[in-house]
Amino acid sequence: MGFEQFVFYVFAGLLLFAGAMVITVRNPVHAAMFLVMTFFTSAGLWLMLEAEFLAITLVLVYVGAVMVLFLFVVMMLDINLVPLREGFMRYLPVGILVALAMIIMMGLVVGPEFGAHPVPERHGPDYNNTAELGSILYTVYVYPFELAAVILVVAIIAAISLTLRRRPLVKHQDPDAQIAIRKQDRLRIVKMDSEKK
Amino acid sequence: MDDMKDIYLLIVLAPLLGSAIAGLFGKYIGRSGAHWVTIIGVATSTILSLIVFKDIVIDGAPVFNETIYTWMVVDGVRFEVGFLVDSLTAMMMVVVTFVSLMVHIYTIGYMHDDPGYQRFFSYISLFTFSMLMLVMANNFMQLFFGWEAVGLVSYLLIGFWYKKPTAIYANLKAFLVNRVGDFGFLLGIAAVLMYFNSLDYADVFAAAPLMQDMTMQVIPGQDWSLMAVIGILLFIGAMGKSAQVPLHVWLPDSMEGPTPISALIHAATMVTAGIFMVARMSPLYELSETALSVILVIGSITALFMGLLGIVQNDIKRVVAYSTLSQLGYMVVALGASAYAAGVFHLMTHAFFKALLFLAAGSVIIAMHHEQDMRNMGGLKKYMPITYWTMLIGSLALIGFPGFAGFFSKDAIIEAVHHSEIAGAGFAYFSVVVGVFITAFYSFRMFFLVFHGKERMDEHTRSHIHESPWVVTVPLIALAIPSIIIGAIYIGPMLFGDFFTGAIFVLPEHDVLGEIGQGYSGWGGFILHGMQGIAVYLALAGAGAAWYLYMKRPDIPTMFKEKLSIVYKVLDNKYGFDDFNEKFFAGGSRRLGGALWGVGDVKIIDGFVVNGTAKGVVWLAGVLRNLQSGFLYHYAFAMIIGLLLLIILFVMTIG
Amino acid sequence: MIQLSDYLIVSAILFGLSVAGIFLNRKNMIILLMSIELMLLAVNINFIAFSYYLGDTAGQVFVFFILTVAAAEAAIGLAILVVLFRNRRTINVQDMDSLKG
Repeated sequence: MGFEQFVFYVFAGLLLFAGAMVITVRNPVHAAMFLVMTFFTSAGLWLMLEAEFLAITLVLVYVGAVMVLFLFVVMMLDINLVPLREGFMRYLPVGILVALAMIIMMGLVVGPEFGAHPVPERHGPDYNNTAELGSILYTVYVYPFELAAVILVVAIIAAISLTLRRRPLVKHQDPDAQIAIRKQDRLRIVKMDSEKK
Repeated sequence: MDDMKDIYLLIVLAPLLGSAIAGLFGKYIGRSGAHWVTIIGVATSTILSLIVFKDIVIDGAPVFNETIYTWMVVDGVRFEVGFLVDSLTAMMMVVVTFVSLMVHIYTIGYMHDDPGYQRFFSYISLFTFSMLMLVMANNFMQLFFGWEAVGLVSYLLIGFWYKKPTAIYANLKAFLVNRVGDFGFLLGIAAVLMYFNSLDYADVFAAAPLMQDMTMQVIPGQDWSLMAVIGILLFIGAMGKSAQVPLHVWLPDSMEGPTPISALIHAATMVTAGIFMVARMSPLYELSETALSVILVIGSITALFMGLLGIVQNDIKRVVAYSTLSQLGYMVVALGASAYAAGVFHLMTHAFFKALLFLAAGSVIIAMHHEQDMRNMGGLKKYMPITYWTMLIGSLALIGFPGFAGFFSKDAIIEAVHHSEIAGAGFAYFSVVVGVFITAFYSFRMFFLVFHGKERMDEHTRSHIHESPWVVTVPLIALAIPSIIIGAIYIGPMLFGDFFTGAIFVLPEHDVLGEIGQGYSGWGGFILHGMQGIAVYLALAGAGAAWYLYMKRPDIPTMFKEKLSIVYKVLDNKYGFDDFNEKFFAGGSRRLGGALWGVGDVKIIDGFVVNGTAKGVVWLAGVLRNLQSGFLYHYAFAMIIGLLLLIILFVMTIG
Repeated sequence: MIQLSDYLIVSAILFGLSVAGIFLNRKNMIILLMSIELMLLAVNINFIAFSYYLGDTAGQVFVFFILTVAAAEAAIGLAILVVLFRNRRTINVQDMDSLKG
């Protein structure tokens, strides 16, 4: 067993362990932390597959942004965890059964077919994954790339508009109304005789 | 010939137009408007029909056979409106329009106080249209249209007084019985269409001789002659329309309708449609002796036994109705004996004198304030002389008194049957000869009971009896004239001349009229020849017997009634046809209907199909509702399991 | 040497785990969302493995897009979750049954 294989098995084992923990731990914060671990270990696997750019992106974007988002939400919401665990044991056999069936099926498909696929040569030290990815992303896949940008914008707008709420009781300035006001709307000049002492 | 085409169209459409105006706008044009518009329509048809008759028969114009309008073409079969006008059609057109015109005029008097005045005129004009369509048809499709249309108008008119339960019962009965006949008729037309692949008369008649030996298997393994099957099926239609035993039961009851209708539809024209149809189909019937024999036997049963019933009737109209049945039997006998010309000739003379008899009976009924029971009449001769004399003429024509119209036609039939050699001819000869005596007996029984003897009506009625107005008596006189002379004029050309050449087809071996015609020497000679036969004396004997029994010794009929109460009962019950139909068909279908309702409708359709469907849906929905839990994860599970199954399928089949 | 199938089987097991996660944590919406992230990750591993072994960079481009869409999906999913919690004071999937007629 070479070093490379050793690294692979370590990463793969940690990945699967962390994935199993994500779905079984009681506390969602712990689940999020284990999810971070899955992302880290899979980023390691991706590095072995010479996808450096994506591996870094996965760590930066997912661990740095998405998972933080998860944690925010989990912590922000005051969640009663007890009812959420109901029926966990009841569904355990079914879940394991379905998962096993699926794994076996997929294993049957991919195992024999790709077991003896030729392993490509490693690229030299001057190989730049980012440059290669960018060179086709901005040429062949430029329109999908633009579309992805649009999707992200839409997601931002959607997330904001979903969570935005107006609270009528909170006092705040309304500059529009302030500017639009005219004198006669609120000023009344009353004529009256001066009083005599 | 384009101008002729227009004339034919006008003949047909003028009554239809009159009917539409009177029927749709009767409220606006008023009572006199309604009768004027319809009478003008029918008078137009009458005059044009006379012109056509002159054109075709006297001037010998060629036969008109053209399609006016193609309704549709389906799979090579053409559905068309077309006219075939030959001597047979021309004669029928004249008879139909003339009698119809007389009845229109007569109706002004008869229906004078009726609230449904406009409706009545609309109906009888519509009838004239339908009947003309029937007789002028050049294809089976239009024949069937006319056939059903006259049936419809007959239904409407029998039930004209729709508030009278007996009238409603009678028109329903007429309609149902005619359905039975029409079913056979329709099957016959279907058989024609199936084997000839055409509905056109000319095509069918041309192809018929080639099909003579063809057989069909209605019941597997039983070879039936195609021509016999077609002939008998078509004749079943004629049995319904022309009231032959056993489908005769509706005709006596149809007398519930107003009398002008009885004269026009149920004596002169519609009921003779069957006779006309068989004569028109003579090229088909000639090819099947079986069918002819059936016709002969049915006709002779009707002629004899329906006449017998006339003896025991007390209702003046019913006596005439049974005499109509009996005379229709005579015509059918003539058809069965291949003497189509004699049948049609009798049809024509009968149309005149039977319409006359009905209208005269109607005149009596008007005078008696719609009293129809002859036991309450008597001695009317001095009150209504015109009615009396015209009725006498009609009766003499009916019994076949020498020189009158009926004599020629009836004697010709008797002679023809005498010469016929097909199966059943012997029985038929016996029936028609005995029928002569019976006809004379009941005719003059009615005549004497109504016009002679003691005045049996009550005092109030007697003080109001007077002769009917001119609109009633003029048609009587107008019909009395042809009742006397038409026979003498047309016996030569119609029976022994070439009047019907090309219209009626008779095989040489069936040509009984030709046989008789060899000794024919003018109508005078025919009378002399008739005087040597037995029929005339039987007729006179019948009339004499009626006079003796009802004028001289009125106690004898009463005695007969008591002594022969069984016979009387049988006759009074009309041989039990009505009871049988009531019990077997009506009761049976009620029971069948009840069973079908109870099991089929309530249990199967309502219980199982309708409510069962609803219950099934409710049940299924109840089961399926459990799938629609509304829980997101259930749906997610379903998706995952479905995906799993798909993967398994994929691995099992591909891998 | 590490074979292509090794990666594929790792990814298959990860996918199976996430499916099991959906079954087990059917009431906790946050874990459900995490399971979906795991699923997408499994798919991504597949893509990258194929990309490397077949020598086609297009696989990585797809992963790039999947990451984009997954990020968007996570953002929106969490936003919905927040709104839901705000309105119903729970994220228990069992309580969300207003789809049921």
